[in-house]
Amino acid sequence: MDTAIPPSSDSNAPPRLKLHIPPHHPAPGETPDFSYVRRYAAGVTERPATDVPAHATHELAYHLIRVLDDDGAAVGAWDPKLDPETLRRGLRAMMLTRAYDDRMMRAQRRGKTSFYMKCTGEEAVAVAQAFALAPDDMAFPTYRQQGILIARGWPLLDMMCQCYSNAKDRLKGRQLPVLYSAREASFFSLAGNLGNQFPQAVGWAMASAYKGDHRIAAAWTGEGATAEGDFHHALTFASVYRAPVVLNVVNNQWAISSHQEVAGGEEATFAARAIGFGLACLRVDGNDFLAVYAATQWAAARARANHGATLIELFTYRAGPHSTSDDPNRYRPEDEWKLWPLGDPIERLSRHLVRLGEWSPERHAQLESELADEVRDAAREAERYGTLDQGPHFSAKTMFEDVFKEMPWHLRRQRQELGV
Amino acid sequence: MPGMTMVQALNSAMDVMLGRDPDVVIFGEDVGFYGGVFRVTDGLQKKHGQERVFDAPIAEGGMLAVAVGMGAYGLRPIVEIQFADYIYPATDQLISAAARLRYRSAGEFWAPLTVRAPCGGGIFGGQTHSQSVEAIFTHVCGLKTVIPSNPYDAKGLLISAIEDDDPVVFFEPKRLYNGPFDGHPDRPSVPWTNHPQSEVPEGHYTVPLGKAALVREGAAVTVLVYGTMVHVALTAAEEASIDAEIIDLRTLLPLDIETIVTSVKKTGRCVIAHEATRTCGFGAELAALVQEHCFYHLEAPIVRVTGWDTPYPHALEWDYFPGPVRVADGLRRALEG
Repeated sequence: MDTAIPPSSDSNAPPRLKLHIPPHHPAPGETPDFSYVRRYAAGVTERPATDVPAHATHELAYHLIRVLDDDGAAVGAWDPKLDPETLRRGLRAMMLTRAYDDRMMRAQRRGKTSFYMKCTGEEAVAVAQAFALAPDDMAFPTYRQQGILIARGWPLLDMMCQCYSNAKDRLKGRQLPVLYSAREASFFSLAGNLGNQFPQAVGWAMASAYKGDHRIAAAWTGEGATAEGDFHHALTFASVYRAPVVLNVVNNQWAISSHQEVAGGEEATFAARAIGFGLACLRVDGNDFLAVYAATQWAAARARANHGATLIELFTYRAGPHSTSDDPNRYRPEDEWKLWPLGDPIERLSRHLVRLGEWSPERHAQLESELADEVRDAAREAERYGTLDQGPHFSAKTMFEDVFKEMPWHLRRQRQELGV
Repeated sequence: MPGMTMVQALNSAMDVMLGRDPDVVIFGEDVGFYGGVFRVTDGLQKKHGQERVFDAPIAEGGMLAVAVGMGAYGLRPIVEIQFADYIYPATDQLISAAARLRYRSAGEFWAPLTVRAPCGGGIFGGQTHSQSVEAIFTHVCGLKTVIPSNPYDAKGLLISAIEDDDPVVFFEPKRLYNGPFDGHPDRPSVPWTNHPQSEVPEGHYTVPLGKAALVREGAAVTVLVYGTMVHVALTAAEEASIDAEIIDLRTLLPLDIETIVTSVKKTGRCVIAHEATRTCGFGAELAALVQEHCFYHLEAPIVRVTGWDTPYPHALEWDYFPGPVRVADGLRRALEG
């Protein structure tokens, strides 16, 4: 059927309707264009008290909380005034996360596992947030918050064994690499279904409040998955029941090959989603360790004092590919990440420490090399327990376990059928 | 012992569990102050407090997500979905999260939640208040699916479901809420009052999940049914004077295969009846299992009597519903075959 509408000769006819498709820009080979990123100066954003009514935070949806300025100084009301030792621990956790990612990415390329996802460029998000939360606050992360585990001191060996699906994999080879679960680290089992866990964190937080517990929940989603109904559910339930939860949108600009505009970032910020729900919101430079820490600390304090949830947009940039399965050079300029106006989180925190006289380029280089060794040693040990390509893996009979608490007859029968 | 309707029995199950276990909470649309559109949670908020029985926003997906998070924390949430027809927005959370959590975390986390939803037709609910959606959930590994047919079982099964450490989908045949239903809509409604299964203890008891009930012994043909169709099958057997053995499955998953196999090996014939649509309905699984386990005992093809593969039409409800006449016809076909 021809659906073309013939041109109208009537000059009084209303204008033709036009469908808007967000443009894909810039394409590979074009000049990166970050003119849409408004670069607020560090230190200029006001810091409201943590018990203000939610609407008092709503103008922050169109600000960007920044603490570290271009010279590496910490400025303004949001400076969390962390001691140098904490800053060095934060830097170390970010650097370890990056070193771990690099090693596992290479391991995947060498066929030792099927899949990997780095968080390069976004390390401040997970690490600074884990530092600002209590260690037993329950995290409902996405696959790009491996930094939480690292910041909480979870053994690299355990993470690697999961990625290798080997004989020491605590998840028994059932989950895709990086979809960790670590109850002892208050790190919720990763689903892999995008957005799906965002409202679950609200339920966990409601339960914690119901029990009069002190622990809060924190959830993460990429900006892409805010388009899911789950995001709307999370905000609705968080608002209705004033759940003690920190809701984080990591806006790293890219959902595989779709720019944040395709998720609805063209007309409003993701932090601004909070406004209609009456939730507090903060929008923060996600590559600024101090700003991320301070915003998370604010939201956690607010939640812990029964003032409800905060939606935080962490404005950052995904420097690496989405995963080992895509090639970013096919959908964005190769050098785009180098031009990200908010810099690199590790470099920025390092510069700050140097400025404080608490760090030096030599110490940085030395730490980098120590961490590479640490990661290499852990990888060697992990590989002794096996890799995906070489095995050993859990025996096939374990496939039938944990579907239910107790195995029903039909699964026992299927296990016999498999002959294990 | 007072007679209870199925509504009262279900209410009593939740009342008992709220009283015994501080980790039990109930939420859903209109379940708090009002007590539910079918009154199943009537009075529970007043008795147990609004933190334990509360209204939820109209967002089934949100309710299930919240229940998963609560379950992972350690609570035993009960979610009421107002009609089984409204459960679809919650299926992602049920299938991708609740059902998989224990497996994917290798036992680190689990979600011991119960989802209650009124199912089935017979009240002129039209396409969106009449569906039987059980087969969607029996197809999902990690979920248990329960459908009671009388007040005694309803209470005992619901308590078992709430106490179970795996997620349970609990469908309540709404046509049975206030009385058994013989499948003849033109006859006056009968209350539960004088039905033996309306004798429901006030306190705690369980009917185990995964155990069927033999509701009528017979030698000629085995009838596999659940929910409303239990009563319809009983009527059909009486009216057609057929010596049918009727099994109320009660739990579809895990299924009581032993009771089924024992009966079919005895009778050599099998009729499966459900209200849900036929193609890929639970009857298809039952038929496959019966032929796998009983093929050399079967003397006739297995007969399915089901809802038609159409939406549930409002004005044509009784043409859709597999009533006693159609079931009796199925019984005869199984005997002749």
